[in-house]
Amino acid sequence: MSVNMNLNDDALQHETEPKGAIINGNKPIDQLEAANRFILAQAHEKMHDNRLWDLRKKRDAQMHLIPEWEELRQLASDIKEHTLEHLAYYLEIFEKNAKANGIHVYWAIDAEECNAIAIKIMKDHKTRTLVKSKSMLGEECGLRHAVEKEGIIVIETDLGERIQQLDNEDPSHVVVPAVHKSRTDVSRVFTKTLNAQAGNNDIHYLAETQRETNRPYILKAEAGMTGGNFLVAETGAVVVCTNEGNADLSANTPKLHIVTVGIEKVIPKLEHLAVFIRLLSRSALGSPITQYTSYFRGPRQQGGEMHVILVDNTRSTRLADKQFKAGLKCIRCGACMNTCPVFRRSGGLSYGSTYAGPIGLILSPGYNKHKFRNLPFASTLNGSCANVCPVKINIHEQIFTWRVVLAEKGELSFTKRVMMQAAGKILAHPSLYRAAISNADRALKYLPHFLVYNNLNTWGRQRDLPFTPKETFHSWYERNYMKKGKVHE
Amino acid sequence: MSNRDLILNRIRHACTVEYVELSSVPFFHQKNLDILDKFKKVFTEMGGEWLDKDLKNPLKAVNDKLASAKNICSVVSEVKGNYEITSQSSPNSLHDIDFAVVRASFGVAETGSICLTEKDLVVNTLGYLPQHLIVLLDPKEIVENLHDAYARPEWKIYHYAALHSGPSATADIEGVLIRGAQGVRSLSLLLF
Repeated sequence: MSVNMNLNDDALQHETEPKGAIINGNKPIDQLEAANRFILAQAHEKMHDNRLWDLRKKRDAQMHLIPEWEELRQLASDIKEHTLEHLAYYLEIFEKNAKANGIHVYWAIDAEECNAIAIKIMKDHKTRTLVKSKSMLGEECGLRHAVEKEGIIVIETDLGERIQQLDNEDPSHVVVPAVHKSRTDVSRVFTKTLNAQAGNNDIHYLAETQRETNRPYILKAEAGMTGGNFLVAETGAVVVCTNEGNADLSANTPKLHIVTVGIEKVIPKLEHLAVFIRLLSRSALGSPITQYTSYFRGPRQQGGEMHVILVDNTRSTRLADKQFKAGLKCIRCGACMNTCPVFRRSGGLSYGSTYAGPIGLILSPGYNKHKFRNLPFASTLNGSCANVCPVKINIHEQIFTWRVVLAEKGELSFTKRVMMQAAGKILAHPSLYRAAISNADRALKYLPHFLVYNNLNTWGRQRDLPFTPKETFHSWYERNYMKKGKVHE
Repeated sequence: MSNRDLILNRIRHACTVEYVELSSVPFFHQKNLDILDKFKKVFTEMGGEWLDKDLKNPLKAVNDKLASAKNICSVVSEVKGNYEITSQSSPNSLHDIDFAVVRASFGVAETGSICLTEKDLVVNTLGYLPQHLIVLLDPKEIVENLHDAYARPEWKIYHYAALHSGPSATADIEGVLIRGAQGVRSLSLLLF
């Protein structure tokens, strides 16, 4: 390690961990406010940026090893589009085959119903402890909190997810939930909650502490829960991709295995599964495949039970919305987050939403337009997210469309409304525009700093404004060409 | 109306495109690929430990690994263990096994994976609760890529099967890779 890196690491281990967005009921999340606090924690911001960019580079390296990469992306996109066009058909096939294998299948309209069904199954089986592997749908439904309220102990078995559970914080990334924390931050959490040695921030020690403290729960739990990355209609199977082995432990050790999964996760056949498995981990972590790609087609022979809850929770509404339907193609790889300059430098928790980063900008307002009205503005519209998306979701275009829709629904913040109205008037009239531009350039040169970088000017808050040219292009053109009659030169 | 019908009706209402069969997915086979070589390379990259076959005593590498182990559960006839399980053994009782020895159904060169079915494992937790896993694999059962893998019959026969690609791992703290997360700490493989 170089001297410089040692200094950086030292700063990181001594810096206080930045916390996420302030959540206040249904009030709009101020992503910018939280992002500013994240940026102030310079060492954390740097680590976060570096780690995610490293994942992006690893993804690129994997991509270059596969000559048919672009063909696979197109196939994945086509398969998802086809399945969504015939979603009812494939869900019915999945249900029929899963039931034939002995799986119990349930349908939940919303989060509340999903939680109620899961709780009822657990109570019917006298569940006191549930071991759970990572599931974004579970996060979306607030499932863990609902189950805990019933007096059932819930243990997250994924290391990152467990860290976040013990710290009373949401996961900050769909694949690496505690990516925003330093090892010292983790050590503090484990010292407080798992009786770990204070001050020992050795990463092997921390991981071992979690392994050893989780295992007794896994061995005694009455129920295990997983999400599902894919549902294969043809065979009625649930496919789960993990690295730690915790999904297989959660599903195979207790008698009862409950799966909660979004209805959009169904794919037609096994041959399609191959396409997605080839893309998923390469896009997410830059590894050829996850350590475990597990396939559950029915309950275990020795008295096992398997229950699958298919959850709608706004998905059928999104399906009917031509503008935003493509968001349902998402396979939750997180590649769009890893590449996004805003996400990398503001942290997943700044979005105050289950789904953060570019995909979060287009999914979140679908759940709540008011609360998440600021999110579609947390983007530079550079399109890198769409370029890396393994299922080719037009993320940046949807971000822009959301801005239009939110403006039409009266969901712009006060400052955006004032600025937009003023800009709208000026942009609509060429002469006004020219006068404004030439004045603005002149003004920018002489205005004191505090007037340009004030709170109403959201552009100035995040950016240094450009040097101003001596004259506008229009007046230069007029002087050199139009007046001298050189137009056709 | 039941939830099921309500959701399905909403979906049907949203879907208006006529059904056209999807064309089948190509196998993307590469020309002149040394499948065994590729398998070994990726298996090792994923953190697997490659056991070399001794010409005189093919299982020597396996037996060497087991020499000082306490609880050994072997479900393959070629290797003798000291910890018996049956398909009726309770899944959580396998937690004190140090080494499990199993035979994989097949391997995948593209991803260095091996496939373990419920039949290979006898009890599914045998793939995860022991500290270490040793796998025997017939070299004739290595397929080129995941397209070949999912065309295999196992997925339609068994209730449970998993592709293992190296041992359990995590990089959840500062991106530092740790082999031996919640599942096995090591995965060794002998072609036999």
